Amino acid sequence: MSEYYVCTGCALLCDDIEVETENGKVKTVHAACRKGVARMKGCIDSLECTVDGEKTDVESAIAKAAEILGEAANPLIFGHGNSSSEAQKLSIALAKKVGAYLDDTSSFCQGPIIEAILQEKLKTCTLDDIRHKADVIIFWGADPSNSHPRHLSRYSYFPRGKERQRGWEEDRTAICVDVRKSETAIICGDNRFYKIPMGEDAEFMDALVSALSSKVPKTSFGFDAKKILELANVLKKAKFGVICVGLGLIYSLKDLEPLFRLMDKLNEVSDFNIMPMVGQYNMRGFNQNLYEETGCINRVKYSPESGEAEHGPEFSVVEALRNKTVDAALIIGSDPLSSLPLSVSRYLAEIPLISIDPCRNLTSSRSNVTIPCALGGVEYGGTAVRMDGVDVELKKIIDTDNLPDVEILKKITEAI
Amino acid sequence: MANVMEIYQLLPKTNCKECGKSTCMAFAVDLLARKVSVNDCPPLVNDAKYKAGYEKLSEMIAPVGEVTETGLIVHEDKCIGCGNCVVACPVDVANDPLGAGSGKAPTSDKVIFKVEDGVVKARNVQECRRFGENKILCVACIDTCPTKAIEFV
Ligand code: SF4
Ligand code: SF4
Ligand code: SF4
Ligand code: SF4
Repeated sequence: MSEYYVCTGCALLCDDIEVETENGKVKTVHAACRKGVARMKGCIDSLECTVDGEKTDVESAIAKAAEILGEAANPLIFGHGNSSSEAQKLSIALAKKVGAYLDDTSSFCQGPIIEAILQEKLKTCTLDDIRHKADVIIFWGADPSNSHPRHLSRYSYFPRGKERQRGWEEDRTAICVDVRKSETAIICGDNRFYKIPMGEDAEFMDALVSALSSKVPKTSFGFDAKKILELANVLKKAKFGVICVGLGLIYSLKDLEPLFRLMDKLNEVSDFNIMPMVGQYNMRGFNQNLYEETGCINRVKYSPESGEAEHGPEFSVVEALRNKTVDAALIIGSDPLSSLPLSVSRYLAEIPLISIDPCRNLTSSRSNVTIPCALGGVEYGGTAVRMDGVDVELKKIIDTDNLPDVEILKKITEAI
Repeated sequence: MANVMEIYQLLPKTNCKECGKSTCMAFAVDLLARKVSVNDCPPLVNDAKYKAGYEKLSEMIAPVGEVTETGLIVHEDKCIGCGNCVVACPVDVANDPLGAGSGKAPTSDKVIFKVEDGVVKARNVQECRRFGENKILCVACIDTCPTKAIEFV
């Protein structure tokens, strides 16, 4: 026990994990949170290799998958957040080859923020910067105590860093803005918790901008102006501030303009950065890989003739399914039948469906072809991109008979 | 966290001494310190009229067995392994500044908290600042826990 592994339980990609194995299985995991341990110990219910519900060998399943994708006029390739960057690049190439819709979960979660960061419309920093320097940390619509359990202990609040040597009580101020008192809000304390009504984040941001401009902040929901002014004062004095943007904030904003206005103001009076609280371990990797290839982070449709990528809201997984414009789907490491609204996802069960996943889930149970793959970060390595954009090398811990998704994708592409 | 009065209020308050203590208050003090268990009060267990008190107390008081010698209890069912206590405990920071104190997995055997299989394990508890000659009322591990999984009794 001396080698460190990386946990792929979330996009924090904690790289200080020690693992004891026994009989080729993960026995004890050190330092990872409960969520990470659940991932590293593997599926409760492993996926089997099947075609039309009958067990088969991988080669036949791959051949069938290639046939489905080859015959489809407008297939959808969806998932990617739980794949290595190497596999993601192959998915992009496959989509190009078969003229597919290509999208991932960022399309209905962190997408807009990642896009703004990649386009340099929002100032950002690394998690290590936060640990070493951040003195004011805002969790906005984010509850990392649940979504990224080690965020506060590894980077954002409790650890000592180069410029933060005296511990969190003296050196850091953690603030929570949310519609409910989350566990993270409890840690921030009642004085540093700003409870706002659902959907009013934009208005609260504008009120904060007023307060930062030394105007009296007003909100239609009557938030105590003194409290906003006091918050503005704390933010003004920050040496290195961060806003950790959670899904709560993203779902509440119609567009990012209020956030741009707040960040502009904050960077006039102080120094502030954005940290996207990315969920799946390599969602940001997919966004970056597709961005490099097409200039878009998601919602792409490749033309079968020219291989050109078109981009737009109508190419999102939700719209493509709602409009029933896809006629087959390949799902990689994802469970859209559980995560998308049923009214949208129901259509998936009506078209030829292929699932590549280590574990059984609702989507795979409705798939015509299921291909089990190795568990990323446990049964095979590869590269992934942490929530802050830092590349992390994953390491294999134990062996498996399953192929990694990167191999499966390569074989499917070759067979078409 | 429960206090003695709250516990006392839920006991029969008859001072019947069946538990071997001279008063229900004495029993309450020992129950808080986990020296006895809820089941050691026979009337509470057997008499239907104390049923509500029995159930409430069983919920409040963690079963004995997990208590360390300094009275530190980790409620393993609540712990999510976030590591906040590991990084915040002043003993861990002093004994492992570059590991636990810097947010990473502990690199020293002298820390009090380590996360194993997603749940925190306490050891070296005799080092806790709440005990010994220069004791102080440290609450770092209690205040930083998102799920209130740590308790001192
Ligand atoms: S915080 Fe995320 S990456 Fe870190 S151990 Fe937990 S699940 Fe794994
Ligand atoms: S047995 Fe119960 S009722 Fe009797 S003295 Fe002890 S605590 Fe009180
Ligand atoms: S009370 Fe303080 S010193 Fe004792 S274990 Fe908790 S954090 Fe550490
Ligand atoms: S702070 Fe609480 S939840 Fe987190 S590791 Fe410690 S005991 Fe567990």
